[in-house]
Order: sequence, then structure tokens, then C-alpha cells
Amino acid sequence: MAVLIDEQTRLVVQGLTGREGTFHAQAAAQYGTSVVAGVTPGKGGTTHQGWPVFDTVREAVAVTDANTSVIFVPPAAAADAIIEAADAGIKVVVCITEGIPVADMVTVLGKIRGTTTRLVGPNCPGILSAGKGKVGIIPGHIAQEGRVGIVSKSGTLTYEAMHQLTMRGLGQTTCVGIGGDPLIGTTFVDTLRLFESDAATEAVVLIGEIGGTAEEEAASYIKEGFSKPVIGFIAGQTAPPGRRMGHAGAIVAGGKGTADEKMAALKDAGVVVVRSPAEIGQAVAAALGVA
Amino acid sequence: MKVHEYQAKTLLAKAGLPVPKGEVAFKASEARSIAERFGGRVVVKAQIHAGGRGKGGGIQVVDGADAAERTAEKMLGMNLVTAQTDSTGQVVRQLLVEEAVEIAAEYYLGIVIDRGSARPVVMASSAGGMEIEQVAADTPELICKQVIDTPHGLFDFQARSLAYEIGLSGAVAGQAAKVMVASLRLFVDIDASLLEINPLIVTKSGDLLILDAKISLDDNALYRHMDLAALRDVSEEDALEVEASKYDLNYIRLDGNIGCMVNGAGLAMATMDILKLAGGNPANFLDVGGGASADQIRNAFRIVLADTNVKAVLINIFGGILRCDVLAAGVIDAVKEFGVDIPVVIRMEGTNVEDGRSALRGSGLNFTTVVTMDEAASAVVALAADSK
Repeated sequence: MAVLIDEQTRLVVQGLTGREGTFHAQAAAQYGTSVVAGVTPGKGGTTHQGWPVFDTVREAVAVTDANTSVIFVPPAAAADAIIEAADAGIKVVVCITEGIPVADMVTVLGKIRGTTTRLVGPNCPGILSAGKGKVGIIPGHIAQEGRVGIVSKSGTLTYEAMHQLTMRGLGQTTCVGIGGDPLIGTTFVDTLRLFESDAATEAVVLIGEIGGTAEEEAASYIKEGFSKPVIGFIAGQTAPPGRRMGHAGAIVAGGKGTADEKMAALKDAGVVVVRSPAEIGQAVAAALGVA
Repeated sequence: MKVHEYQAKTLLAKAGLPVPKGEVAFKASEARSIAERFGGRVVVKAQIHAGGRGKGGGIQVVDGADAAERTAEKMLGMNLVTAQTDSTGQVVRQLLVEEAVEIAAEYYLGIVIDRGSARPVVMASSAGGMEIEQVAADTPELICKQVIDTPHGLFDFQARSLAYEIGLSGAVAGQAAKVMVASLRLFVDIDASLLEINPLIVTKSGDLLILDAKISLDDNALYRHMDLAALRDVSEEDALEVEASKYDLNYIRLDGNIGCMVNGAGLAMATMDILKLAGGNPANFLDVGGGASADQIRNAFRIVLADTNVKAVLINIFGGILRCDVLAAGVIDAVKEFGVDIPVVIRMEGTNVEDGRSALRGSGLNFTTVVTMDEAASAVVALAADSK
């Protein structure tokens, strides 16, 4: 089993004809994902690398039964692309685009609140369900079908964790990059809920970073009775306050959002918190009793 | 992006909000002529992108044009050290000269985007003129909030409620409500990430006035506000950070001696963390991005080395989209071009890692290559200590 992405996924790529869209659509298809269509306004009726291209997501859904979308469009057009996908009834929308204005995300989240659409991202590497499919930019060759779910604000730290789990033969169920922006569609708590009901996921790696309170909220949720071991890492333990550390959301502001607070909250919830990302694989192995 | 107080007040005044009469001066003689025109007592305020100016001597109330000129003379060019600057301070390049006003009471007004509700939130407090973070920590009950349901904005009744909650009444409460509604409208119109009025004062004559204001703009939205983008003052930013931003590199200068070059913001932060754990001190945060080109790698390396505190460099890359062989080629080119004479430790993993490692080995250059992050950290910390 897996969460969000599996063999039933039928993927439409918004921005397929661009460089990034093309590259990652091919990589997704190579990994075994059913890529069924692309959407580029103005290029409807053409084909691109063998895929039919539509002007609108609605048409793509009508013709190809797409149920999942991935967005590779520039920041100024990305909010509109997310809302278009939701409006067309897409169930899982993964937005890779970095640099969307916060005000646009206020509109997006207001618009999709209460609908059946789940947004993952923006500014995220996407989702990979090991051996089943991938939506986004996570490299497929470092994944291995296995036992551990990953949820993370950071792309390359997700890859680090995947690599360590693969090297130890523990593998992954689904890896979910939720993104480093201040306003995102799917939170740690949302993803933990999915992992809770996924029988194949035996443990979860949670990778957070400074800024906001999403990690503290995850800690409260875990404390309420999350049934699987969680291994946590928080990036930015030594980040200077008041500076935005690459990700728009990664900032300690007014003494709030520090790594120390987050690590303490997670520890208090029973999470095994490691101080170095190099220790993630070993800690998971220990939690699963295979160290 | 931060803007200066005088720029923030210009935006507020244009939006119909009450700010004191004031003008910006770049020379002492200009401060003099402004003070002459205003007559009487004026406030001379250093314009830097950091708070806490008053305690550092950056805000002075003076009598008359002579005193204004003398004070301006002293302030312009000084290194103003405040609780929010580093120990060398920030050079004062411009002053705001304002008419002095008599304060009867001080309040706080702030607007930010609340992450939890994904909506703007307007905060008001009777604890004006103090650091709001301190108020939030010590007396959170003094901060009143209204979460805004966009696109309706702040309803008048919400604004009035806030005004009453912070202890205003009568005509002034009505004025404060208008200030809140107009401030939120401005916040939305200019894509601000922070709009803070602290203090918002009631004068002895009973009028409401914005004595100090801070506005930060959403960098991601600047493309649709070219007029606001022009307010950027790069002299307030670190020169290397400005240089890095030209190449889409996320670089933040720190005070250590180990230069870092990493892909991905999370891994870049984690690299700083493991260096500290190993007893070292990072000289910078640097995220070259997920899909860096060999040319970006070259520029990133040049910028890391431009910091003269750097005694050793750690390159930590997990090749996903960025392939290790591309990284290796960029680093080899950079080292050949710049003739690096300090130790360079490279840890890479992921896509095409074997090609990358063999390219480094075959380059004939003196790299220390390691496999794990922990090894990388201890190796570079030891090398940095040796090369002092």
C-alpha cells in the first residue's frame, strides 16, 4: 500500500511543454506512473512526446480520466493553475513551483477549503510511492519499496533520508514533500493521518525546519495517539534569528519557530529526535528493531 | 524586502493615513533647511533597516535648524549599533526629519499573514512603543486580534471592536478604526508581508498619528510592483548577499570560518547544524538550488571564497536533479580558475556519484572527498583549525 499516489494514479502535467515539465513527465513515466495528458493553454490539440496536450484541465480530465495533477508553471501563473485543477475535480494537486506570492496562496487555500481536492506544496519536490509511481521531482532511482513513510519540508533532506533507508534495506512506502513555504496545502498532521491508516507504513520519518508551528502541531497530533514510531529531524538548529533561510517559510521571527522548541515538542510526544540528518537511517532501524 | 521608515510613511500617507509632517535628508544642509521650514522642535531619525534605533542614539529631538544640522552632521555616516544590527552596526546614509509631536498615549497596530488560518490577521495592543514580541511573551492578554476573511477586508465593526478592546473610545476610537481598515487595504494592495505601526499615538491635542512604521514586502510578489521594487536599498544588505542574488543563489553571510556550498535549503541548514555539532562554525548559508548549472556552481564557489574569514570549504551535495558529475565539473573549473589555496572537503551522494568522484580524483587537484556527512563535518572542522 501507499498514500496519495499508487497504481490508480492518472497524471496530468500542467506546464508539460516547458523544459521542467517535459523532463519530469518523462522521469515519472519511466518510473511507471501513468502520465495521461498535458495542459498548456494555447497548445490544445497537439501532442508532446506522445502525450495529448489540452488547453484546459477540465478537457484533459474529460478525455483521459486524469485524477492527479502536477504543476510546473511559473510563479505568476501557478495559483491559477492550482485553482483550475481543483475546479476540474482533480483529487491530488502537486505544485512544484517555487516563489508564489503569499497573497495568492491565501486565495488558493480559501478557494479549495471544503472541497475534495488535496493540494501538496507549493515549493515542494512532490510525492513518490516506492515501486508504484512518482509525481514531482524526487529521483526514482534512490527509492526502494519498503516499510517507512517520509514527510518533509525539504527536498534534498528527503533524498538523504530515502537514500539511508534504501542502503539499510528498509525502503519506503510513500515520500511526501510538503514544501517550505509559509502557506501550504498539506501539513505534517494531514500526512501523518494518511500514514496512520496505511498498513504498509510501519514507521515515519518527519523532517521539519525552523519557522511556523507545523512541527508543534504534528507533535500534539502524535501525542494524541499516533500508533507508529516517528523519527524526527529539524533543520536550522543554528540558524540566525530574523533571516529567511532559503525557504520562504524558514525564519525564526520574534523568537518563535526555533528548532529547539520544535525538537522539545516532538521529544515530548515520544518522537525519536536526531541531531544530525546522518543518523536518520540508524534511528529508524533501531525503532523497527533491526539495528 | 524591507523598506526604510520614510518610504513606509510615504506609502501610508498616500493611502490617506495620518503621519507626521516630515522629509528625508541625505545631507546635513538638507536637514537644516527642512527644520527651518518646519520651525520649532524637530525629530532627526536615522534611516537604517533595523529596529532599536532610539537606544543606539539614532533618534534625537532637537530645537531649531542649527541643532538639526549639527545632529544630522553627527548621525550621517555613523555606524549605528542597535540590538538588531551586528556589532559593527549599520552605516547611516539618510535621515528622516519630522515635526516633533507631544504624545498623550501609545498603541500598537500590526498586520501579518497568519500561517495557521492562511489569512491576514490584524493585531492591536495598548502596549504601544514596546517590542511586540516581548509583549506577546510577557502579557499576551494585551494583544487583541481579528482574523480577516479576504476578500472582504476588515469590516468596520471588527476595526471598532479592536479599537474599543485596546481602550480607545469616542472620536479617537473611530479614527483608529479608519486607520486599521486603511492599513489592511494598503497591506493587501502592496503585497506586504508585515505592516507594523508602533507606536500609533494619540497626541496631546487628541489626534491619532503614526509615529513609527515598518513595512516588509513579499519578495515573491515584487514582479507586480515595479514601483515598490525600486525602493530596495542594496546598501543596507551584505555585498556578497547582493552579488549571490544576481545568480539566483541563496546566500546568507554568517560569522564562522567554514564556507558551505549545499543544494537545497533544508540540507544547507542541516549542514550548518552538523558543523556546529562537530565543533565548527559556518561562514555562510548557501543553497545553490535543486538544478544548479556548472556556471552557478562556479559563481557560488567564488562568492563563498570572497569572504576572507573562510579558512576551509565544505561542499555537501545530494544529487537529485543536480547531477554529481555536473557539480564536480563546476567545482574543478572554479578551483582551476581561482587558484584556491585553502582546504576543500567534498561530500556528495546520489545521481552519477561515481562519475563525480572519479572526475574529482582525476583532476589532480587537492580535494578531500568523504562519503558521509559526519565524516565531512569532522574533516572540514579539523582542516579549518589547522589552516589558521
